[in-house]
Amino acid sequence: MAHGPATLADGWRAYISRWVFTTNHKDIGTLYLWFSFAMFLLGGAFAMIIRAELFQPGMQLIRPEFFNQMTTMHGLVMVFGAIMPAFVGLANWMIPLMIGAPDMALPRMNNLSFWILPFAFAILTSTLFMEGGGPNFGWTFYAPLSTTYAPDSVNFFIFAIHIMGASSIMGSINIIATVMNMRAPGMTYMKMPLFVWTWVITAFLLVAVMPVLAGAVTMMLMDINFGTSFFDAAGGGDPVLFQHVFWFFGHPEVYIIILPAFGVVSQIIPTFSRKPLFGYSSMVYATAAIAFLSFVVWAHHMFTVGMPIAGELYFMYATMLIAVPTGVKVFNWITTMYKGSLTFETPMLFSIAFVILFTFGGFTGLMLSIAAADMQYHDTYFVVAHFHYVMVAGAVFSGTAAIYYWLPKWCGKMYNETMGQVQFWVAFIGFNIAFMPQHFLGLAGMPRRYADYGLQFADWNMVSSIGAFIYGGAQLMLLYNVIMTIKFGKPTTEEKTWEGAEGLEWTVPSPAPYHTFSTPPEFK
Amino acid sequence: MSTESSYYVPEQSKLPIVAATGMGLMAYGAASWVIGDGNIVFTAGLVVMALVMFKWWSTVIDENMRGMANDQLKHSYVLGMLWFIFSEVMFFAAFFGALFYLRVIVNSWLGGDAAIGIFDDTPTDAAVANNELLWPGYEAEWPPLVTPDEAANGANATFIGPDEAMSFPGWAKLLSWLPLWNTVILVTSSVTVHIAHTGLKNNNRKQFVRWLGLTVLLGLIFLVLQAEEYIHAYQHMGLTLDSGIYGTTFFMLTGFHGAHVTLGTVMLMVSWFRSLKGHFNHEDQFGFEAASWYWHFVDVVWILLFFVVYVFD
Repeated sequence: MAHGPATLADGWRAYISRWVFTTNHKDIGTLYLWFSFAMFLLGGAFAMIIRAELFQPGMQLIRPEFFNQMTTMHGLVMVFGAIMPAFVGLANWMIPLMIGAPDMALPRMNNLSFWILPFAFAILTSTLFMEGGGPNFGWTFYAPLSTTYAPDSVNFFIFAIHIMGASSIMGSINIIATVMNMRAPGMTYMKMPLFVWTWVITAFLLVAVMPVLAGAVTMMLMDINFGTSFFDAAGGGDPVLFQHVFWFFGHPEVYIIILPAFGVVSQIIPTFSRKPLFGYSSMVYATAAIAFLSFVVWAHHMFTVGMPIAGELYFMYATMLIAVPTGVKVFNWITTMYKGSLTFETPMLFSIAFVILFTFGGFTGLMLSIAAADMQYHDTYFVVAHFHYVMVAGAVFSGTAAIYYWLPKWCGKMYNETMGQVQFWVAFIGFNIAFMPQHFLGLAGMPRRYADYGLQFADWNMVSSIGAFIYGGAQLMLLYNVIMTIKFGKPTTEEKTWEGAEGLEWTVPSPAPYHTFSTPPEFK
Repeated sequence: MSTESSYYVPEQSKLPIVAATGMGLMAYGAASWVIGDGNIVFTAGLVVMALVMFKWWSTVIDENMRGMANDQLKHSYVLGMLWFIFSEVMFFAAFFGALFYLRVIVNSWLGGDAAIGIFDDTPTDAAVANNELLWPGYEAEWPPLVTPDEAANGANATFIGPDEAMSFPGWAKLLSWLPLWNTVILVTSSVTVHIAHTGLKNNNRKQFVRWLGLTVLLGLIFLVLQAEEYIHAYQHMGLTLDSGIYGTTFFMLTGFHGAHVTLGTVMLMVSWFRSLKGHFNHEDQFGFEAASWYWHFVDVVWILLFFVVYVFD
């Protein structure tokens, strides 16, 4: 295989073993990206089932028990199967190219990190076909719903989480080792592209909190099967302990999802503004500050659980503090665009939409951080709307931007700009139709995770469902665009696909050769 | 960051996919096992994992012996090990954090003692009501020999507290207190592994092999004593996994520590066998060093455990 990767022309066996046995960061990046897109469609299908059921009040399509499994699996598959692996895929593809490394630091472990995921998600998805159904306790799997009252399949969920955690930890260690050890001569830390910076901080967060998640599910496993009483007050435990442990993982987790998205946008906006990123070092420090703060704010997810007032106040103010470094980032993106020679290709459109909609989601987050107000918002559709604005319009939009931005570099073909822009507008409009009304529903008091609702919520639910289907359609358009680009796209061999692009990844030919930077480039 | 020779990027490898399959089998098997049958699938996964790990590390050692690993690659291994240990620290942090929360906050809440504030230690109405309505008769104490369930429901309780705890038995019985000896053994083993390391650095192979062997022996003694302690707890103290929160935290913390000691002992044992075969020299010793770092890590965890689980009541 030393002469280049096997293609289909070499026969099925060679082609399959290329992907299964690969140690190449580009192949593994591609695997991650396709896997995450498959999971995105699966989680999306679950979302479509949810929105179809909620189209009208009353139960039409599915049973409430199945609805609960759908909300749970939608969340789990999207967070752990779609968004996280998508950014790991981008990291695999781009970090070695951006820092001038021949590959990831530990290539075989890299392959293992990926191939654990299909097993983990096969196990997780198989629970839907088990007796008693799949996990039905929400993606946050609060005890005792996920322990005392859980179906047997919860054990499969627990072990699936265990091995996908192992995958995440190995993947993150690999990224940290790559960035710390494999930078080209001259690439000092403060010259690294921001995508690399955000990822190395993300990897640090992952190594720190995935073991805590493993601890949380281990405690569940012991409580369910071996008689311990971590989450059972009868034995001296406390269900609230679960929430503390879970959110100590869970809050950094939301930054694990969004920080790489920040990185992507910080690469794209300067390119299409034809200006260097405004305030590079403040971006780095802001990212680090957000990561640090993410460890000390977890209980703002638990304002209604009965914490002492001092706890409520502390977590409220600490949470509000996050708006400061986040504001630094938003202002830097805007200032980068200020007086730039802007053009609005698809990646730029998605990035600008990211800045606007993510900021909007950030503001609703700020509203939720007010402990007193959260008593009203807690567990309503307002929360659902908030985190979909930051997860979908944040992470997914920036992931989509990244695909359009780097696709020519990956496959040496240019996507169809018109099709890209059409997809953007469908996604943008569909997204807002789907999730904007959920703010109104939440403020009016509609609780989340219910299969049915009162008549007063009917109109906006119908609107929201229509938007969700439009947005789902936009993802099929994305798939279509990517496949059409790979198959029939206009070939491009330019090293620099975008005239304003800077960085080492734009110094190698398009498509990027199978092996790049076997000897480290000189970086000035 | 400079490279004197190019970084070794391995060719395609069958190891990872076999390892992933093994992990998948173990996960699926374990989940099936706890609700019924699955022990065969789990065992199959375990065997696959054991074989693939043996093969994987043999491959890495072999590559290193053939000089394929340059300094930069070795540094990647160092970083990998250090960050792996950091992830282990965080795993224990979850359990230590849980212990802290359960002992300091939950226990006083269940006992109706949860105070209004730092400066005003009047119990809150909610805590008092919680105690009186749900767990009448439960008094907050640590170690809790009576569970809230037991206090409220007597003999009908699901969770029955232990007869005695593992705590410090008083100065008179100090020398027959097993945890103290375990502490002595583990701290000593950290010293012996350091002496072995010094021997290796000074090219004194005899010192290296002997003191490393002694470290492995101490690790094994620790594990035997720990097993003895567990048997004693189950048979004579009524202290089990289901004896309420004390048994829960005691067995989970010491149990996970014991599992990590086992892993560390295996790592040191492998290093010892390799040392007998003449592996390692004062320049090339990462396999052993990684094992010794891990050993120091489990030692530090034990010292923390010793104080928060055994000593401080």
